[in-house]
Amino acid sequence: MRDTFVRTLIEEAKMNDKIELITGDLGFGVLKPFWEQLPDRFTNAGIAEQNMTSVAAGMALEGKTVFTYSIGNFPTLRALEQIRNDCAYHNANVKIVCVGGGFVYGSLGMSHHATEDIAVMRALPGVTVLCPGDLAEAEAATRAIISHQGTCYLRLGRGGEKRIHEKPIDFKIGRAIKIEDGAEIAIFSTGAIFEEVAGAVEKLKENGIGPTVYTFPTVKPIDRETVEAAASSHKYIFTVEEHNVVGGFGSAVAEVITETGGAKLIRLGINDVYSTQVGNQKYLRDFYGISAEKIAERIIKECK
Amino acid sequence: MTSTELAWLIRRHGIEMTHLSGGSHIGSILSAADIMGVLYADILKFDSSNPKWDGRDRFVMSKGHAGAAAYAALAENGFFPTAELKTHYANGSRLSGHVSHHLPGVDFSTGSLGHGLSAAAGMALAAKKDGKTHRVFAVLGDGECDEGSVWEAALFANHFRLDNLVAIIDRNHMQSLDTCENTLELEDFALKWRFFGWNAVETDGHDHNALREALSHTAENGRPTAVIADTVKGKGISFMENDILWHYRFPHDGWEYDCAVNELFAVKPDGVDDPYTPNGVEKPVLPDENADIGNDHTMTSGYHPTWIKR
Repeated sequence: MRDTFVRTLIEEAKMNDKIELITGDLGFGVLKPFWEQLPDRFTNAGIAEQNMTSVAAGMALEGKTVFTYSIGNFPTLRALEQIRNDCAYHNANVKIVCVGGGFVYGSLGMSHHATEDIAVMRALPGVTVLCPGDLAEAEAATRAIISHQGTCYLRLGRGGEKRIHEKPIDFKIGRAIKIEDGAEIAIFSTGAIFEEVAGAVEKLKENGIGPTVYTFPTVKPIDRETVEAAASSHKYIFTVEEHNVVGGFGSAVAEVITETGGAKLIRLGINDVYSTQVGNQKYLRDFYGISAEKIAERIIKECK
Repeated sequence: MTSTELAWLIRRHGIEMTHLSGGSHIGSILSAADIMGVLYADILKFDSSNPKWDGRDRFVMSKGHAGAAAYAALAENGFFPTAELKTHYANGSRLSGHVSHHLPGVDFSTGSLGHGLSAAAGMALAAKKDGKTHRVFAVLGDGECDEGSVWEAALFANHFRLDNLVAIIDRNHMQSLDTCENTLELEDFALKWRFFGWNAVETDGHDHNALREALSHTAENGRPTAVIADTVKGKGISFMENDILWHYRFPHDGWEYDCAVNELFAVKPDGVDDPYTPNGVEKPVLPDENADIGNDHTMTSGYHPTWIKR
């Protein structure tokens, strides 16, 4: 996913000389194509994310479209107030890119698990929050935030995520994408956990359950229309995110359903704990109940 | 308008604005008044009829709590009516306590310390990339330099040789609860900036000629410049000077306001009118024996035996 992002950004930056990329000293082996091809648009701000973020705001106010790049919580939580005051409040064209949303950096430990970032970024007025679910969404989201005025947060997986959308996607910020038409049960997925959701759907089908499935590459603004429509036409809605269940994607959906009524909402994610387990992303997803198997089991259990 | 006239007006507006609003930080406004006077009278390039003019020098008031000084400088230079200054802090006003960019002439909103120098560095880097020749100025507090992000910005600005960036540090030696040296030791302050690669100039922050000299020649060695402007917190009002009380206290009705106004009135430059009290306060209330003058309000003024010895 990160390579797709970098490749797309290079393509766009070659056509748009306002685009700048700043890294907080991360991206070894990933950002090289950018700095080789666009050396004058690249800045390494060092291991200093607060400064990086305010620098980006200053450059954006001078007319640049500035991407800040780092991993895990470093581009977000570490520089939260700079994002709030300097980027979002000024409606600055800063695009904050996190590689490693969720448990991507599994065995590196909790410092490297970005599991509250969606909630925190979503709470900031004026910040658009995107969590692409596969390579196609990552590419489309990268292009979309360039032409979107204001501060955006782009939460990426790392590498290896599959392209799940088979056809070209109709991508728009704020709009969910339908994957499957089904009945009774709707599953909403955001971000790279989509691959587990896709696996869960296969298992559900083996059990005779055919759910409706949407990906939500945008968490903020949430696609109210899709949530409302699904809530009125399904019995159950399950949200799935590789993130704390407090404040994140499921909460954004809950905010809509609370007002509109309809389906029963069940939020799947990390149940308000820090990961204390050591293991890779697959292992941690399974341990915390968001692997394909665990998602399918939970859905079957809840809908009995 | 001369820098002396502008600095006097900044002080007078500052007293009135904090008096009317009950707002804090008059000590900081007064310590920065000469810096702001020199900047807006003699140094910064701007066009108040076209606040977004691309050729302007950029200015960031990083110590946003001294926003009244920036507002006064802008209003006196025609960015908005001086009458609006009286709305500082008021319901429905454009003049928030800390500097807001929702006002013509303000390039950047501040209020949380340690952001402004980084943003200014970003502006300076963008200018260099675009081959523009304007400069970017940021006014910081010395207490603000407790923030680690200031030193991230210092590393960054030197590394990228941002010789179009000027940090002016209002070195008034005091912060919120105490002196800077009793809070987190800053000295040797100029040496710290030099060790970070900056061109550091120490100057009297109330001497306009010295400030003009320091701020006129800043890009000579290809490095960013820090002008460490030695100032007095509360400068210009005798009972506020060097008293930490006036970081938060505002000039109340009675002797505090009357005496502050009259002390300024006594040194009013000939070319300016006092916009609020054209003749000063004619029958001023004077402080009685209970007035809080000359008392030490610093945190460390009361020695505590368990404190770590320094």
